[in-house]
Amino acid sequence: MARPGGASARTDVSTTAHQPSPAQLARNAYRRRQTVVSVLVAAASTAVVGTLLAVTVTGAPGWERVRQTFLDPQVAWDALPRVLTGLWLNVRLLVCCAIGALLLGLLIAVLRTLRGPVFFPVRALAAGYTYTFRGLPLIIVLYLFAFGVPGLRLQGTPSVLVLGALALILTYGGYLAEVFRAGIESVHPSQLAAARSLGLSYRQAMRHVVLPQAVRRVAPPLLNDVVSLQKDVGLISLAGPIDAVRAAQLASAQTFNYTPYILAGVLFVLLAIPLIAVTDQVTLRAARRQSGG
Amino acid sequence: MGATSAPEVLRCRGLRKEFGGQVVLDGLDLTVAEHQVVALIGASGSGKSTLLRCVNLLEELHDGTIALDGEEISAPGVDPDRVRRRIGMVFQSYNLFPHLNVLDNITLAPRRVHGHSRAEAEQRARELLARVGLAEKADAYPDRLSGGQQQRVAIVRALANSPRLLLLDEVTSALDPELVGEVLTMIRDLKAEGMTMVLATHEMGFARDVADQVCFLDAGRVIESGPPEQVLAAPTHPRTRQFLARIIEAGRLPGRP
Repeated sequence: MARPGGASARTDVSTTAHQPSPAQLARNAYRRRQTVVSVLVAAASTAVVGTLLAVTVTGAPGWERVRQTFLDPQVAWDALPRVLTGLWLNVRLLVCCAIGALLLGLLIAVLRTLRGPVFFPVRALAAGYTYTFRGLPLIIVLYLFAFGVPGLRLQGTPSVLVLGALALILTYGGYLAEVFRAGIESVHPSQLAAARSLGLSYRQAMRHVVLPQAVRRVAPPLLNDVVSLQKDVGLISLAGPIDAVRAAQLASAQTFNYTPYILAGVLFVLLAIPLIAVTDQVTLRAARRQSGG
Repeated sequence: MGATSAPEVLRCRGLRKEFGGQVVLDGLDLTVAEHQVVALIGASGSGKSTLLRCVNLLEELHDGTIALDGEEISAPGVDPDRVRRRIGMVFQSYNLFPHLNVLDNITLAPRRVHGHSRAEAEQRARELLARVGLAEKADAYPDRLSGGQQQRVAIVRALANSPRLLLLDEVTSALDPELVGEVLTMIRDLKAEGMTMVLATHEMGFARDVADQVCFLDAGRVIESGPPEQVLAAPTHPRTRQFLARIIEAGRLPGRP
């Protein structure tokens, strides 16, 4: 009886034998009514918008042609193995580049927080790096690494795939460094003072007190950049390797049908969903553990 | 100064500190003997917190010297981390680490700085927690504790390193009146155990009860110091009188004899 309807049902009154007053009962009834009404309104408006969209798109004069060239199930099925093979390359690249860029970003961010004249060159170098690689278009970095570096004909030049991954890591490392730095600066100086007052060195204070709080705070924007990276790893196909988008391009060039692109797009979205869900979960759990509930 | 000839733990001479051209400490002298409790009183901005932060080497000095157990810790080339291992500090806003639970907050320094094993550090932390009645909060996160509990954990965190000197920076200022008592009781117990302490406070009644020596700070100097019954009850300096008159007006010095 004591359960108020709606999302705010966390106040559990039913543990004791408390008898709600008529005023509370009336409030509960009102909230329940409000919940029902808002669900109905949401359902109705969704139905209207959905119908309108469906009618507009399928009723368009060119719908049949578009459906054939973009949404052909047979073409999608035929292209699936090749696109999946390409996607596997994306996944591997994503994992390597994400780890590399996160480590690089963290390192650069920490270097930028170092104080004292001794560290000026390190700070300047780190700052210069973030300015350069955040400003430089990824494609140019990619061309420089994939075509420029092998052009030097040095002994032991790694494959184009590795060079392309390096270009991605360098570019995203710049962005992630700034996200990490924002997180580090958001931790109140009194936390560092408390850590230092206990005798922890600057490095220990960073490692055990500042960074754990900073990383937790910026986990959502970090993930945002990783999802963005997931799409950009595909650009490596410009240098030769065949990723999912490239595989889709090849498939559609054979059939003159764009369906493989849609297929690749859907697969990318499916790939991003678990990534997003996991981080949301991690962030939520950390927040809940800290602030009770 | 106490009549006993206990060794000096802290000796500050001619401390000077400026913030952006504003002089916060202006030739300040302070001596604290072993087992002595010194209360720093004075208006906001008189330099109490800055003094404590300077002693803990959290602020850079602009002049003067600080000696801990006879060793000059303000000398160039002294490793501040080694000095801080011997000094405990408790802050007005507790400054517990929100991402660590109570036990980890307390054992962080013993494990990382003093090289104790986890089991050893945790056992000592639990003992200390039990003594202040917080044994069952060992696994809780700071945000789940009341202000008074957080501050008591912060004191335990400082004590876990067995400091030679404990600095307390207005440790009750952020607390509800009803929670002040539990923190003050804990400090009183520490005094009974012989802990050497310097505390900045606005609680005049507490300063009177617990302090061996009260120092009145004004514009970055100690302008009057002595036993509490003298400084608080029969101040000689006009600034001290003025300050205490305001305090009594505000009702913060109860039961003045």
